[in-house]
Amino acid sequence: MGMTMTQKILAAGAGLESVKSGQLIQSDCDVMLGNDITTPIAIKEFEKIGRDHVFDKSKIVIVPDHFTPNKDIKSAEQCRMIREFVRTKGIKNYFEVGEMGIEHVLLPEKGLVVPGEIVIGADSHTCTYGALGAFSTGIGSTDLAAGMATGKCWFKVPGAIKFVIDGRPSNFIMGKDVILHIIGLIGVDGSVNKAMEFCGEGLAFLSMDDRFTIANMAVEAGAKNGIFPVDEKTLTYVEAHSTKKYRIFEPDGDAEYDKHFRIDMSVLRPTVALPHSPGNAQPIDAIEDINIHQVVIGSCTNGRMEDMRMAARILKRKRVAKGVRVIIIPATQGIYLKALEEGLIETFIKAGAVVSTPTCGPCLGGHMGVLAKGERAVSTTNRNFVGRMGHRESEIYLASPAVAAASAITGRITNPEEMTN
Amino acid sequence: MKVKGKAFKYSDNVDTDLIIPARYLNTSDPEELAGHCMEDIDPTFVKEHNPKDIIVAGKNFGCGSSREHAPIAIKAAGISCVIAWTFARIFYRNAINIGLPILECEEASKKIEYGSVIEVDFETNDIFDLTKNQKYSAQPFPEFIQKIIKAEGLINYIRESMVKTEIK
Repeated sequence: MGMTMTQKILAAGAGLESVKSGQLIQSDCDVMLGNDITTPIAIKEFEKIGRDHVFDKSKIVIVPDHFTPNKDIKSAEQCRMIREFVRTKGIKNYFEVGEMGIEHVLLPEKGLVVPGEIVIGADSHTCTYGALGAFSTGIGSTDLAAGMATGKCWFKVPGAIKFVIDGRPSNFIMGKDVILHIIGLIGVDGSVNKAMEFCGEGLAFLSMDDRFTIANMAVEAGAKNGIFPVDEKTLTYVEAHSTKKYRIFEPDGDAEYDKHFRIDMSVLRPTVALPHSPGNAQPIDAIEDINIHQVVIGSCTNGRMEDMRMAARILKRKRVAKGVRVIIIPATQGIYLKALEEGLIETFIKAGAVVSTPTCGPCLGGHMGVLAKGERAVSTTNRNFVGRMGHRESEIYLASPAVAAASAITGRITNPEEMTN
Repeated sequence: MKVKGKAFKYSDNVDTDLIIPARYLNTSDPEELAGHCMEDIDPTFVKEHNPKDIIVAGKNFGCGSSREHAPIAIKAAGISCVIAWTFARIFYRNAINIGLPILECEEASKKIEYGSVIEVDFETNDIFDLTKNQKYSAQPFPEFIQKIIKAEGLINYIRESMVKTEIK
């Protein structure tokens, strides 16, 4: 029996001829990632192991992005602890405020992940790099500690669900609509412990930014990883960003999949996930008038260049609705600068939005846009759990940057197709 | 080893933001995290639970973020075992890695009620519902996972295997 794309990468990482679903393996890791929330615990656990050095100074990446620039004394102390660890262990890839960005946008931009690699990250959205044809998955702090000491991680080899993507999406349909639609279809436990493997002719219409968004939210369906085949778009991206050696894996022709789904993007509608689950996805046409207090455009899901451009295209020469706070967060310094050069930042400010330095901030109710009791936000982030952005009686509607920008102008959840420029 | 306690029962898809809200992640101190455990799903949990009590939940317990703060908060709160129909992948790893006892059991997840007295035998993976006088059998763990559990977590397991390698 053949192997899926994910299984082939894992077999190579474990130095095995072949692996099968359910098998427990120990694999070498090419990249291991931590942030300001998860690294402090990893450091404490690393110290218990009793090794004075990390296995490889160049394979560990640490990005303080959640509560940075530090929001309070406690989060500043966590970052101080990380800085000290980075300095004493000589870790090469550490990104301080000023050069940092939201980790899952920053790593590909800096060329730190390439096709065929095995990446673990103490952050659930580490699955983002599947867009590059890498095996990439979220783990915990203790796993990261063990990884930093040994260079290895244990995995249960996943089975896979195959998603054949067809059709040309209409004007305002983005990667976010595709993945919200899929999570709505299969549920938040629809892919628990499995790989989501994407393929099909429709991929030609999905940019790298769209693919990052889709792979990023694989975990919202419970998946171990989401992965895209490596095509010309991937290679163009990788060659522009990295000098690392990459390896292209393809699924075997007779690979077995637990389930198959076909997604026709030509009929896909702008999609919104209602509170309090990413699985509550609805086409925008089914949503009645819902007034909002806040809009957030950013995050590891939708803080990329195309997201900024889409938001600016809709907000250009418009004003945000009175009483709506609109917070736009370019995900990296690089994106921020490019948005400035392209005049997007001016568009945002003239429209009445605020623009923030890169941070995960409001996505997890940390800072920069926490919601009060009874408040409602449209957000391009990835989770709308109870209390995720603030008070437990606040509400989050997940949507694309196009829907979020259109909603910012009207003050209610709005179909971007209704906006005319 | 056996543990006995009162069951705190929750539904499917209890996410890590419900177990420990992100607003408290500016610390990794176990005691402080335990003080906010389950706050957004059950504000009375912290006040009402006793050491050794047991959490029983439905499918996909611990879905969402990778924060190890979630099992750390539960463990530091003194909970002796979490029983669920299924666990989300990262929570499962994290619980095993830090030595928080967990068991997967569909029947126990469905039948145990809030407040029932439950006894768990970790040698046999049997769950006794003393209130209903019923026994449920949990899924056994794969051998490799059992080794980590026996070592009371991944760090100890690695230390032990490092010692063995050095002896060889």
